[in-house]
Amino acid sequence: MTIASTTQQICFLLLGTTLVLGSLGVVLLPNIVYSAFLLAGVFLSVAGLYLLLNASFVAAAQVLVYVGAVNVLILFAIMLVNKKENLAAIPGLLLRRLLSGAVCGGLLVLLLRVAFTTPWALPGPVPVGEEATIRIGEHLFSDYLLPFELASVLLLMAMIGAIVLARRDVFSSDVITGEPADQGLLEKTRTPLLIDTSGRDTPQLETTR
Amino acid sequence: MTDAAIPASAIPLQAFLALAAVLFCTGVWGLINSRNAVRVLMSIELMLNAVNINLMAFSNYLDGQLIRGQVFAIFVITVAAAEAAVGLAILLSLYRNRETVDMERFNLLRW
Repeated sequence: MTIASTTQQICFLLLGTTLVLGSLGVVLLPNIVYSAFLLAGVFLSVAGLYLLLNASFVAAAQVLVYVGAVNVLILFAIMLVNKKENLAAIPGLLLRRLLSGAVCGGLLVLLLRVAFTTPWALPGPVPVGEEATIRIGEHLFSDYLLPFELASVLLLMAMIGAIVLARRDVFSSDVITGEPADQGLLEKTRTPLLIDTSGRDTPQLETTR
Repeated sequence: MTDAAIPASAIPLQAFLALAAVLFCTGVWGLINSRNAVRVLMSIELMLNAVNINLMAFSNYLDGQLIRGQVFAIFVITVAAAEAAVGLAILLSLYRNRETVDMERFNLLRW
């Protein structure tokens, strides 16, 4: 470890405060654009925690993948769907929030109790520190080779799946039957396929529950 | 028992575990209570990051030589990136059909 222990503790406290406040902001702020930018701050502070844990490679991967890719993707999605809409009031929303808050608080107490009462086998082996990147490379190409290759297949599948789900190109004819395609549906001059019935009073679904 | 063992670092392992627990519970609360579908995806990312903090902390404190936790965290990051891409594509497709991102109105699969 190259930096002094007091500096480490100060860094940990700062990063932890940023993490907790940022995550609360992500969940609680009414404006979702602020939430997305706070989420970037949360990801960056998690990367800082990784640096404190002697994992520079994973910290770099965290910054590149989460801040560089996932957060930008979320921002794009927000900008594509940010129609201002007035959310309909739900009966019992406060009760639901309180109940779920109680459940999450109970989960937190349980996790904290497990963390503080388990006799961890400390101190463990000395951390490898700067050699972590070399060690990760050895793992990825020896005993974790199959998951590594499967991860590449998974990424390819996710890429193709995302393209298929989100694209909006227009076929002149149906791929299977060869009939002329329904251009009105694609151009949104027709009503959507899934007719929204929740705005009206449709109690027939409610009785089945 | 835990106090008898002297931690190798200036920060105890339990501090990281507690931080990850707080982050995870915040994510769970946001997942349940969000009305906006994008915020639900953001809450899932929070929970995945909490799990990653746990993995990295255990990797550093209990498995310092064979850092298997770090390798696993890299796989979790990979799967999270794929999940975010597919989730946001599904969200865009839903928005195109329903003209809303309100989670309460995505009730097509409700019994």
